[in-house]
Amino acid sequence: MNKTLLTLALAALLVACSSPVKLNEVPVEDKAATQVAAPPADAPAPQARSAVASIDARPLASVDAGPVGVLKVIYFDYDSFAIKPEFQAVVEKHAAYIKQDNKRRIAVEGHTDERGGREYNLALGQKRSEAVRKALNLLGVSDAQIEAVSFGKEKPAASGSSEEAFAKNRRAEIAYK
Amino acid sequence: MSNRFFSPTSKLLTLAGLLLGLVALPSWAQFRVEVSGVGLTQTPIAIAVMRGEENAPQKISTIVQADLERSGQFRGNALMLAMDELTRPDFSALKQKGDEALLTGSITKLADGRYDVRFRLWDLVRGQDLGGQSYATPVGDLRMIAHRISDFIYEKLTGERGVFSTRIAYVTKLGGRFSLWVADADGENAQAALTSPEPIISPNWSPSGHELAYVSFEARKPVVYVHDVASGKRRVAANFKGNNSSPAWSPDGRSLAVTLSRDGGSQIYLIPAQGGEPRRLTQSASIDTEPVFYPDGSALYFVSDRGGSPQIYRMPTMGGPAQRVTFAGNYNISPAISPDGRWMAYISRINGQFKLQVMDLKAETNQSITDTGPDERPSFSPNGRLIVYSTQLQGREALMTSTVDGRIKARLAGQNGDIREPHWGPFLKH
Repeated sequence: MNKTLLTLALAALLVACSSPVKLNEVPVEDKAATQVAAPPADAPAPQARSAVASIDARPLASVDAGPVGVLKVIYFDYDSFAIKPEFQAVVEKHAAYIKQDNKRRIAVEGHTDERGGREYNLALGQKRSEAVRKALNLLGVSDAQIEAVSFGKEKPAASGSSEEAFAKNRRAEIAYK
Repeated sequence: MSNRFFSPTSKLLTLAGLLLGLVALPSWAQFRVEVSGVGLTQTPIAIAVMRGEENAPQKISTIVQADLERSGQFRGNALMLAMDELTRPDFSALKQKGDEALLTGSITKLADGRYDVRFRLWDLVRGQDLGGQSYATPVGDLRMIAHRISDFIYEKLTGERGVFSTRIAYVTKLGGRFSLWVADADGENAQAALTSPEPIISPNWSPSGHELAYVSFEARKPVVYVHDVASGKRRVAANFKGNNSSPAWSPDGRSLAVTLSRDGGSQIYLIPAQGGEPRRLTQSASIDTEPVFYPDGSALYFVSDRGGSPQIYRMPTMGGPAQRVTFAGNYNISPAISPDGRWMAYISRINGQFKLQVMDLKAETNQSITDTGPDERPSFSPNGRLIVYSTQLQGREALMTSTVDGRIKARLAGQNGDIREPHWGPFLKH
């Protein structure tokens, strides 16, 4: 048998495939022969096919602090999307501030308590932020200045599973950009 | 003297566990398998130490044994003796121990730094060679190769395709950091695809298994991204005004069903996976979300509160009237359809607890398959036998797998912190 030819063929086979080879098609006895096929010194390390590349996301900073001394959180009752009368004044003060400058932009961020699925809670939180957006619209704020979004149950203001925590988490926050 | 077994301890534990309706595995195993109900048969399989394994960076035979046991369908007996793929086993001696199959193999470091892994599977009852394979693989893929050996064994001995070499995506929250991980189907070998100070939810594998769609809040709002996991390159798939969420790939991989609030409420749209104008699929004044395609692409299952409470509906993908699918209870969400279209897994609120349910879509019968809660976000393994979901264990969020009938459950190994939002990826082409 021509040993050099076999060595070359075997080396080529092993380099070419990390996909499986049926065992009986490989000359299993001649494993030592593969050792001579040394790669060049500067060859890159073989890349694992199951490797995952990683990304690190960075947060955004906000610029406008919003109206001084005005609450930026509106709380909601369980399973409710209606703005309670005691928060009407808060909404009005924000509306007045936003209207002072048509370059002002806000996000209304809706939140829920922790009970239930993440995506469904995202949709429920959106109903809260939409309620605040519509209230601001009625007070004359342009839709171009408001984006209503939701965090669902992902960013609770209070941790724990008490009724008190739930009440603090059912909310809409006004964030100035 | 040959063929010395060292399994009596684990056998005893297994027996005691079965009596309690719970199987505790030896302490080296990083997982627990729970088996409920009686009459479950587990095929005993002998697993020899691979020749050369003591110097290898991964103990292939240990990974294979753990895989097979986690399926609940096998009982592995580790042999102290190393046997490679050329060893002709002593059938009568091995059969006496009750084992029905035997795995042998070898692992050798190659000159270029890769490893040559070879194995052979034997049927001890018939004294037959069931075949073997060889792989030349970089060190980073050794666990994957072990899982592919498990798949080979599983398919030869059960006739069904194994899912050990598939991948699961999940999200962890630890301190204030959120991470999206891509892990082996056993939860191990997790690699971070994304880390962020803001939440990440709803990862969803593309049909090719190369890309993940998910929702990231890093821009202080929910935006849908499509992320190539091998290269780390990603693109914004949906960032319209308001919420962009709940991505689900169409079976052909060309489009994504998403939930958008750009027209006021949460509604379902279809967008090209490469980006482009959304086409609105639902037209309601209520919440419509959590779309998922029926495997043949003909229909979408989704959640809507149009009837006053969240329920699962079905509608043709091309549009048309929706039919209600769930009727029991007043909170049914998060549908997942098995690859053969037979089962729907979903979450139902029952007596204030959120419980994983499995519905037979033809018979329209329903079964609760867990003792835990709150359960969240089920998805099926690509062979349709298992469901992965998140739940609470000892006050932390954790991932579990369960057979569709709920009889065999295993907790997935994983990262520290709360582990959630699993999604089981497809079969990968090798």
